Amino acid sequence: MRENNQRSDQVFAVVNYSLLSIILMVMLYPILFVLSASVSNPDLVNTGNVYIWPRGFNTDGYTTVFEYKAVFIGYRNSFIYTFFGTMLNITLTMTAAFALSRRDLYGRNLLTMIMAFTMWFGGGLIPTFMLVNSLGLVNTPYVMIILGAISIWNMIIARTFIQSSIPFELQEAARIDGCNDFRIFFTIIVPLSVPVIAVLVLFYAAGHWNGYFTALIYLNDLNLRPLQIVLREILIQNQTLDMLDIDEAIDIARRARLAQTMKYSLIVVSSVPMLLLYPFVQRFFIKGIMVGSIKG
Amino acid sequence: MSKLIGRRKMKVASLISRRPIDRLKSSWQLYILLLPSLAYVLLFNYQPMYGLQIAFRDYSPGLGILGSKWVGLKHFMRFVSSAQFKIVVGNTLSLNILALVCGFPLPIILALMLNDCGSLKFKKIVQNATYIPHFISMVVLIGMVINFLSPTTGIITKLITFLGGDPQNYLTKPEWFRPIYILSGIWQETGWGSIIYLAALSGVDPDLHEAAQIDGASRLQRIWHINLPGIQSTIITVFILRCGRIMDVGFEKVFLLQNALNLSSSEVISTYVYRVGLLGAQFSYSAMIGFFNSIINFVMILTINSVIKRISTTSLW
Repeated sequence: MRENNQRSDQVFAVVNYSLLSIILMVMLYPILFVLSASVSNPDLVNTGNVYIWPRGFNTDGYTTVFEYKAVFIGYRNSFIYTFFGTMLNITLTMTAAFALSRRDLYGRNLLTMIMAFTMWFGGGLIPTFMLVNSLGLVNTPYVMIILGAISIWNMIIARTFIQSSIPFELQEAARIDGCNDFRIFFTIIVPLSVPVIAVLVLFYAAGHWNGYFTALIYLNDLNLRPLQIVLREILIQNQTLDMLDIDEAIDIARRARLAQTMKYSLIVVSSVPMLLLYPFVQRFFIKGIMVGSIKG
Repeated sequence: MSKLIGRRKMKVASLISRRPIDRLKSSWQLYILLLPSLAYVLLFNYQPMYGLQIAFRDYSPGLGILGSKWVGLKHFMRFVSSAQFKIVVGNTLSLNILALVCGFPLPIILALMLNDCGSLKFKKIVQNATYIPHFISMVVLIGMVINFLSPTTGIITKLITFLGGDPQNYLTKPEWFRPIYILSGIWQETGWGSIIYLAALSGVDPDLHEAAQIDGASRLQRIWHINLPGIQSTIITVFILRCGRIMDVGFEKVFLLQNALNLSSSEVISTYVYRVGLLGAQFSYSAMIGFFNSIINFVMILTINSVIKRISTTSLW
């Protein structure tokens, strides 16, 4: 019996490792391919002769990306929207989470319900559009920062974190020492919430950086467009050639030859900021998000 | 997670006895802190709910919301009897149910596999590799899909040719829209979805495994009889939440994969509302479609929650 089990456990381990290795390859291959294609010889990319590793090392794709004015403007706009948007997100999320974490807040259950109800029901696209329009926010950068200023889901994660990871005795002690709630928030709650704040920064920033829906609906000024809208034109709608605003001296043949490689370079350039942010936050995952979402 | 909405009734004893007015006064700073987010929610979440009444009116911008004529269920009848109704609702539901059936079990399986993977280092590598796709934007994901499926140079097309298949232009074929949508979704979200189950698995009591081992249970038996029941309540909670979005198909992804040729299977409620409402300026009609969508979602989450409440101890509220 025991021996039988040992054998079956060994079989299990072998199968498990093999399957996980296959999963690992399936996950990484597309990413590796994009990286390789972005630094390969454009002719080999165009004829489909790059499979895994770069062939005929060449960085012309990146050079072309940086010649693109629309990409630069989109990059700059996305940075601005992401930075200010995330700051607003964190401010609203943490203040609300702190207030609603306090059991002595009169009307706490009602206020929580008012917030939580919006997770299950909403007005939808058209009434929201009419509201944003009547506020005069259409075609302004503010709409990109204000819309979605708080995610109730994230707020509840932060609230749970505060309740379960920061002992209430700390707040009581501070209170006895004459600390008011503002000071408790800034000197106790915020410093001790670093893990959850780090995770929320990643969530919110990725949302701002990667989203294009808000811009699609509310923006049409070319100078306000975020990166994702520019990417959509180039990657999905294939408008590489007709909307190029680079020097005319660069001949059409060269652009056509670089079109593919440039797309891959563009994918890399646009994804790098979030992938760079990720490792910094990753070590907080367990502390921040898991505690927040598991312990009711 | 199961008790998301303030269930703990523990209160600070000294505060209970006081009158409401004193309690309001004593925590005025908390209200100030809450005010910005409350104001945001009231304005940007509740005002549109109020604005939803245009779904029952013939809205014209000149007359305003309250000035427009009340027409009752006219727009609802028009939507239900239109040729688009069956297509749009059918596409939305089948896309979502297929995505749920195919996508829901995978993060659980991945988490169980990772949990029983002996080498911590290998586990970390696989975990992080599977999280990366989650941080790639939808535009980039679909851009990659389009490039990989390119009929001439696409890497997946090459693979299909190599395996003896006959490559086509998959993106323009309605019958390929769903597989592309679902498979790319699996690639992007399986790893990320497994986080919550991994967290739940770390809470499974190791004594149970030890006892089972002494009784001669194999690894698979222990996974089936200890780990799976251990994360059951998490699975149920995630399932209920997912069912509450049975009518929500992510607009961004569908819209990017959509083209004139695959519209018969790719037109879903959210893209239809965008087309008819914003591009076609039929505000009342499309607001009604959006309302219909939200109501079904809302009823769905209430139903699933109450059904599950009856058959198990886990529920949202």
